[in-house]
Amino acid sequence: MMHLVELKQVSKSYDKNVQVLHSIDLQIEEGEFFVLVGPSGSGKSTLLRMIAGLESLSGGELKIQGRLVNHLPPKERHLSMVFQNYALYPHLTVEQNILFGLSAKKVNKQEQQKRLQEAVSMMGLGDLLKRKPKQLSGGQRQRVALARSVISQEPLCLMDEPLSNLDAKLRAHMRTEIRRLQKKLGLTMIYVTHDQVEAMTMGDRIMVLNEGEIQQIGKPIDLYNQPANLFVASFIGSPRMNLGLAVINQNQLIIEDTIKLSITNQDIPKIIKRSGITIGIRAEHLVYATQEEANLHLDVVNVEQLGNETLLTFEVGSQLWTAKWLGQWLINAGERIPLKINLDHISFFDSQSGQIMQTATASQDLKVVAL
Amino acid sequence: MKQVALPYQEHEHKGLLKALKLQRMASFSKGMLFLLPSIILFSVFLFYPLGRTLYLSFFLTNSSGQTTVFVGLENYMNIFNSPIFLKSLQSTLLFVLYTVPGTILVSLFLAIIANEKLKGVGLFRTMYASTMGISTAAASVFWLFLFHPSIGWLNQLLKLLGADAIGWLTNPDWALFSVSIATIWMNSGFTFLILLGGLQSIDQYLYESANIDGAGYFYKLRRITLPMLSPTLFFVITVSFINAFQTFGQIDMLTRGGPQNETNLIVYSIYQDAFMNYQFGTASAQAMILFFIILILTLIQFKLGERKVHYQ
Ligand SMILES: Nc1ncnc2c1ncn2[C@@H]1O[C@H](COP(=O)(O)OP(=O)(O)O)[C@@H](O)[C@H]1O
Ligand SMILES: [Mg+2]
Repeated sequence: MMHLVELKQVSKSYDKNVQVLHSIDLQIEEGEFFVLVGPSGSGKSTLLRMIAGLESLSGGELKIQGRLVNHLPPKERHLSMVFQNYALYPHLTVEQNILFGLSAKKVNKQEQQKRLQEAVSMMGLGDLLKRKPKQLSGGQRQRVALARSVISQEPLCLMDEPLSNLDAKLRAHMRTEIRRLQKKLGLTMIYVTHDQVEAMTMGDRIMVLNEGEIQQIGKPIDLYNQPANLFVASFIGSPRMNLGLAVINQNQLIIEDTIKLSITNQDIPKIIKRSGITIGIRAEHLVYATQEEANLHLDVVNVEQLGNETLLTFEVGSQLWTAKWLGQWLINAGERIPLKINLDHISFFDSQSGQIMQTATASQDLKVVAL
Repeated sequence: MKQVALPYQEHEHKGLLKALKLQRMASFSKGMLFLLPSIILFSVFLFYPLGRTLYLSFFLTNSSGQTTVFVGLENYMNIFNSPIFLKSLQSTLLFVLYTVPGTILVSLFLAIIANEKLKGVGLFRTMYASTMGISTAAASVFWLFLFHPSIGWLNQLLKLLGADAIGWLTNPDWALFSVSIATIWMNSGFTFLILLGGLQSIDQYLYESANIDGAGYFYKLRRITLPMLSPTLFFVITVSFINAFQTFGQIDMLTRGGPQNETNLIVYSIYQDAFMNYQFGTASAQAMILFFIILILTLIQFKLGERKVHYQ
C-alpha cells in the first residue's frame, strides 16, 4: 500500500555536530489530519520545512505519493503551506495575494476567477478583496492565508502553528473551521503545533516530538490512555498526569514516601523492578471516597472552581498532584480529604529510561465509548 | 457681581482651558528646545548662505565679493542669454540622464546578485561597496590612468583588439560620456550598499511561500523584490539625482570643464565664475537657478513617487 507521505530514517543537522532531527520514520495516509506536536525547539518546523522542500535533508529518504522527492524543489512536490506569520505579500491586495500562485503558474484568467470565487465564499472574504493585509485583523489574515493554500488545489497541505497569533476564542473557532475544511476538501494535512490541546482536538493521528526524536505516534485517545513514556505522559493532557517516585516493598506500593497502597503480584505482572519506578495517574482517577472506601488521605493546598468542575491540588511528598472532579465541591485549602486510587488506573514507568513498563490496565479494555 | 452669577461648571471649564493652554505652551517650548541645535546649525550653514546668495544674485561685486551696483534681475537675464550657461545646463541634464539610471541599474544588479545566499558572497559585497570608501580625488586619479591616451588600460585594450585609440577625456564627443562612466563607478558603492540593505530587510518567508506556489526567478523579482524595494529605490533615486546635479570633484580632477565646455557642469561653472572670474553676482544667480531646478525636480519626484512606492 502506498502512503501519501513517507519518511525513512530522515535526519537533519545544521552544523555537523548539532543534530536537530534523529532518524525520523513516519507514514502519513491520504486524507489524514496528521498533527506534529512538541515543545518549542523540538524540530517541528524543521521537519515540516523539509517535507515542503524549504530545507534539505541531511540523511534518509522522503517520498511523496510514492515518489522520492529528496532532490525536488518545493513547486514540484505538489503541496501548499500556511506559515505561522501567514507570509502575506504586504504590497498586494487580498485578491492578488490569493491569486499569486495561480498567476505564477499561468493558470488562465477564467479558471483563476472561478477558483477565487469558490475560495472567497468558503472563507467569507467577499468584502475584503481590495484591502491590503495591514488593513485586516489577525483572524482575517489567517483566512486569507488559508484561502491562498486552498486555491492551489494541491492534495497535501502543510501548516506551521497557524493559530498561534490569534486570541483564545478565535483560535477555538478556527480549529473547527480548519478541521471542517480539511474534511470537506479531502485534504491530507500535516499540522504543526506546540499546543497539545490543539493536537488532541484536531488530529486523526498525532506524533509527539521532543529534542528531535519521535516520542510516540498514535491516535489522540491512545496517546492519552497509553503514553509510551514519561515525556508523552506529562505533555499530553491537561491538567498533566500526576507523577510520583515509587518503590514496591513486599505487598505495598509506596509513592513519594507518603502514599502506601497494598498490591499483589497479579496487579503488576510486567514489572520486574522493585525500585526506581515512577507511577502516573490521571487527574480524573484521583477520586473522592467515603472514609470506609478511602485508601489514602491527602492535604488540599489549592482549590480552583471552574464552574462545571473543580480542580484540587494536593501535596504528595515533593510533588503536587491535581484531581479533577465533576461539579462544584466546596472544599477549603488545608483540609484533609479521603481519596481512592484504583491500581488499574496507575501507569508504571521506569524512572531511568522514562519508558512505560505497564500501562494503566483499566484504559486498555474499557472507557472509550465507541458507537 | 456678574462673576458670581456664572454657573459653577463654567468656572471650572475656564480653569481647564487655561491649564490646557499652559500645557501646550510648555510642550511647544520643550519641542523648540530639542530643535534648537539643528535650527542653529541649519541657520549658520544653510539658511544664511542661501539668503546671502539670493542677495548677491541681484548685485555686481568687486573681486573680493563686496557688492557694488544693484542690478536687479539683470544677472539672471545675462545668464539665460549666455551660450556658455545654456551649454552647461545642457551638459548637466545629459550628465544626470547618463549617471542616475546608470548608477541605479548597475547597483541594483550588483545588489541582487550579492543578495544570493552563496559561500564567499561576503567578499563580493565588500568589493562592490568598496568604492564608497574611496575619495573622489583618489578615484579620479585612478580613472585618469585608465583614460590616459597612450598608456591608459582602456586604449591599450582597444589596441589589442585592433581598434583606434580614443581621446576619452580630450575628444568633445567622448568626454561627458567618460566622466559619466567614472561617476557611475564612484557612486555605485553607496547606492549598492543601501539597496543591499533594502533587499535584506525583505521577509524571507515571502520568497519561501512563492517557491511553494511555483513562482519562477523573474516572477519573484517582479512581483516581490521590486515592489518591496520601492521605498529604498525611491530614496536612492532622489539622492542620486541631487548628487548628480551637484557633481564637482571629478570634473575638476578629470577635465576642468573641457574640452570645449563639454563637461562644464553647472557647479563647475559656478565655481569658475566665482573664484576664477570673481563674478560673484552671476555665480550666485546660477546657484539660485540650480537650487530651483533641484527643488522642482525633487517635488515632482515626490508627487510621482507617492503613487508608485509601497511603504510598509
Ligand atoms: N537555520 C538554522 N540554523 C541552525 N539551527 C537551526 C536553524 N533553524 C532551526 N535551528 C535549530 O533547530 C532546532 C529546532 O528548531 P525548530 O524546528 O524551529 O523547532 P520548533 O519549530 O519545534 O520550535 C532548534 O534548536 C533551533 O535552534
Ligand atoms: Mg516552529
